[in-house]
Amino acid sequence: MDNQLALQMRGITKRFGSVLANNHVDLDIYRGEILAVLGENGCGKTTLMNMIAGIYFPDEGQILIDGREVVIRSPKDAFEHGIGMIHQHFKLVDLFTAAENIVLGVHEEGAFSRRDVNARVTAIASKYGFSIDPEKKIYDMSVSEKQTVEIIKVLYRGADILILDEPTAVLTPQEIDRLFQVLRVMKADGKSIVIITHKLNEVLEVSDRVAILRKGEHIATVSTRDTNESELTEMMVGKKVDLDIRRSDPVDAQPRLVVTGLNLYDAEGVHVLKDISFTANGSEILGIAGIAGSGQRELLESIAGLQPLKSGEIIFHNPKKNKPVTFFHKSLRRVEELAGQHAFHDAAGNPVSFAGMKKKDIQKLVNDGQVLFNEDELINLRDKTPLQIRELGVRLSFVPEDRLGMGLVGSMGITDNMMLRSYRKGPHGLLDRKKPKALAERIIEELQVVTPGTQTPVRRLSGGNVQKVLVGREIAFTPKVLMAAYPVRGLDINSSYTIYHLLTRQKETGVAVLFVGEDLDVLLALCDRILVMNSGAVSGIVDARTATKEQLGLMMTRTDRTRKEAV
Amino acid sequence: MTANHTPQVREPLVHLSRRTEFSPLRAWGVRLAALVLGLIVCGLAAFLLIEKLQQNPGRIGDFYYAFIKGSFGTSRKLWKMLKNLSILLCIALALTPAFRMRFWNTGAEGQTLMGVLGAIAVDFYFGGKWPEALLIPVMLLAAIIFGGVWGLIPALFKARFNTNETLFTLMMNYVATFVVSYFLVIWVPSGSSSLAKLKYGKLPSVVNDYFLIILIALLLTIGLYIYLNYSKHGYEISVVGESVRTAQYVGISVPKVILRTMLLSGMLCGLTGFLIGSGLDQTITTESVGGQGFTAIMVAWMGNFNPLMMILTSGLIQILNQGAAQISQDFNVSGALPDVIVGIMLFFVIGCEFFINYQLHFRRAQSKEAVR
Repeated sequence: MDNQLALQMRGITKRFGSVLANNHVDLDIYRGEILAVLGENGCGKTTLMNMIAGIYFPDEGQILIDGREVVIRSPKDAFEHGIGMIHQHFKLVDLFTAAENIVLGVHEEGAFSRRDVNARVTAIASKYGFSIDPEKKIYDMSVSEKQTVEIIKVLYRGADILILDEPTAVLTPQEIDRLFQVLRVMKADGKSIVIITHKLNEVLEVSDRVAILRKGEHIATVSTRDTNESELTEMMVGKKVDLDIRRSDPVDAQPRLVVTGLNLYDAEGVHVLKDISFTANGSEILGIAGIAGSGQRELLESIAGLQPLKSGEIIFHNPKKNKPVTFFHKSLRRVEELAGQHAFHDAAGNPVSFAGMKKKDIQKLVNDGQVLFNEDELINLRDKTPLQIRELGVRLSFVPEDRLGMGLVGSMGITDNMMLRSYRKGPHGLLDRKKPKALAERIIEELQVVTPGTQTPVRRLSGGNVQKVLVGREIAFTPKVLMAAYPVRGLDINSSYTIYHLLTRQKETGVAVLFVGEDLDVLLALCDRILVMNSGAVSGIVDARTATKEQLGLMMTRTDRTRKEAV
Repeated sequence: MTANHTPQVREPLVHLSRRTEFSPLRAWGVRLAALVLGLIVCGLAAFLLIEKLQQNPGRIGDFYYAFIKGSFGTSRKLWKMLKNLSILLCIALALTPAFRMRFWNTGAEGQTLMGVLGAIAVDFYFGGKWPEALLIPVMLLAAIIFGGVWGLIPALFKARFNTNETLFTLMMNYVATFVVSYFLVIWVPSGSSSLAKLKYGKLPSVVNDYFLIILIALLLTIGLYIYLNYSKHGYEISVVGESVRTAQYVGISVPKVILRTMLLSGMLCGLTGFLIGSGLDQTITTESVGGQGFTAIMVAWMGNFNPLMMILTSGLIQILNQGAAQISQDFNVSGALPDVIVGIMLFFVIGCEFFINYQLHFRRAQSKEAVR
């Protein structure tokens, strides 16, 4: 780097109570470069950048700008030194226009002139290749437009060093391309760009240098062109990681869950699911892609019996063909009813009729496994509560997005969380903790959950371990359908791959897996088919082996109008 | 260059962090220390407030002795303390299932008073007409039904309209007081509005008048401990309390659990009302419960919603009350002094929980750590 140094961090240390978030970190930022700060969740990358942006103050160490030591006590100080940060969660006033948000808090001489501001905003936008309407209200904007406002807000204040915290997390591939294009223009203009990220492919695509942090320590800073994915991963994790998901081909995929014409309105009367139809097959992972909030959560919750549907059918195909009927989930009367509808045959293949038989004899015949189904059993899950679904013998597992708020009880230990699904078992009013405890110990061992014990509240465990407990429980239930919403969100690489492998193994045992994901690379590598959702509707189902990221991105974002034009 | 480098923003002098691991033994050590510290401060306060003590500082020993004498001085005092402890404990136990569900029932006062009313109403109308063997069970039944209904009403509104249970149950206390006033006017038309002690419907005396009450409280404690920790109902209560969404996710009917738990809570208050009405007073005033419905909230909280711990916390409050009363008698001071003493003690006992849950970090201590 023969470029000019813009900012130096020397021995920066930051503690939160007993947690050491950054430990003597040294970092240089040059003019006219894109520096990627790479690290796993919780490694201290955002904390480090927050100290340049004036959000936190370092416990130890110095910050030098253009070779002079500075004290940055507030975001205002940071702006005075030409530093601006675009946070992961936007800080915009919804009711204001783009221009109003941009000038908010800037002290300028003279009267506020809307026309002047608009002109300046437009000038900045055209200089770097943004497209923005200064008069548009924030609440009318997409995530990508809001991000543009945030970036221009920082540029308007004259920032030379721009820090972007996970800027691509919520963008589609097309939007990411556009953002990177803009970043390159800014770089050419002499700005210093820092992007905080944990996505390797983006690092390799856009950055000039990569600084790797692990557990609060600065591991290395390398030139992007001299490195590769596996080397970066190794530095990030601290050991070699196998980045191959090892997708297998589906064997004998049969329809397991057939959803037709699902419509759902939320409490405010907003149409959140629009005429959704799809089939999930056994032995297959069906990915569900879409911009966050396109109805993915509502779709899974509808299937799980947690949402009151307006219309539609959810038919579960219970693979019972040529399997014996049992009294496990069916009463004697129900079995007799089904026999009346010619649903059964015997071991020799002849139709079964209970006509003229005594109850005791029927029971014996069924218990001996002599009464077999002719066809798969079809069960409609519409308007059933989660409890009713289970009582019908439908083994449907659901790993919800909100792990501690929905999937688990944070204050309870692993054992008590294992019971959530099964505590009703047993004849009397007292709990049986023996089996859940055995299950807890098995999951701790098999999935290598790091915990002081089965009694430790799961809230105290790390994100990855919490997720292992939840997924472990849902799999222990030997599901026929397994739904998982964002199961790797916030997890480190190792835990993420554990989850991918678990899902793949479930698929290989014949389970129909529904996987809601946000990382398109992962969706394409893990799934067999991908259903793309776009503002509550299905915009298409593609083969994950042949689809591209760009194709998915287009399907995620195109509006009704462009869809019609495309036809 | 470094001359002007004096960062003005520093870590605050003290900052807090939640303790993750703290051995129970050490926690009890802290509690004991708080108790001792509280007693010392009480002694200092006594010097300021009690003239006799200022004139004769040697009597400080008597001051502390009175604390113990109040509850343990005579067997009568001991039984009285155990009786009071039991009534307070019973109300606190009644609140616990609701509190574990994060249903902040502040209506134990009214629910218990309704229990007293149920028992006394049956006694008033049927006392002497029915044999005691029939009268007393019917009094018990009426008390439980009255308390249960009083607990169920706010739960119905919570389950159906999501009303705020804290305000609702609080208001129900006043309604209960007025219902009692109404019946007193009917029963005692003479104008004094105080109902003379009824002759019938007294809980039989086993060993002494208090033993049965204490036994019932003990059985209730054990029963509730098992119910909350080892029964399916208790498990459902914990899940609903922690997260309604989780409860829905696993198919627990949240309204059903709310109604069932508040019915239980109210019924147990009603049972306590029966113990007061039939076991002790055989009469009723609007003050029959005497604020214990509110003290019980503190007992339950201090006991961490654990029935066994609540024996200790209700005991502590009772011993403090009787000790403070003894002091005001022995030193011939009246008025607010007992309240001051109880207040100081509770300040320390409750305050120490903060030091059990949190750790203080001082700036200087920390920079030393950093050097190491």
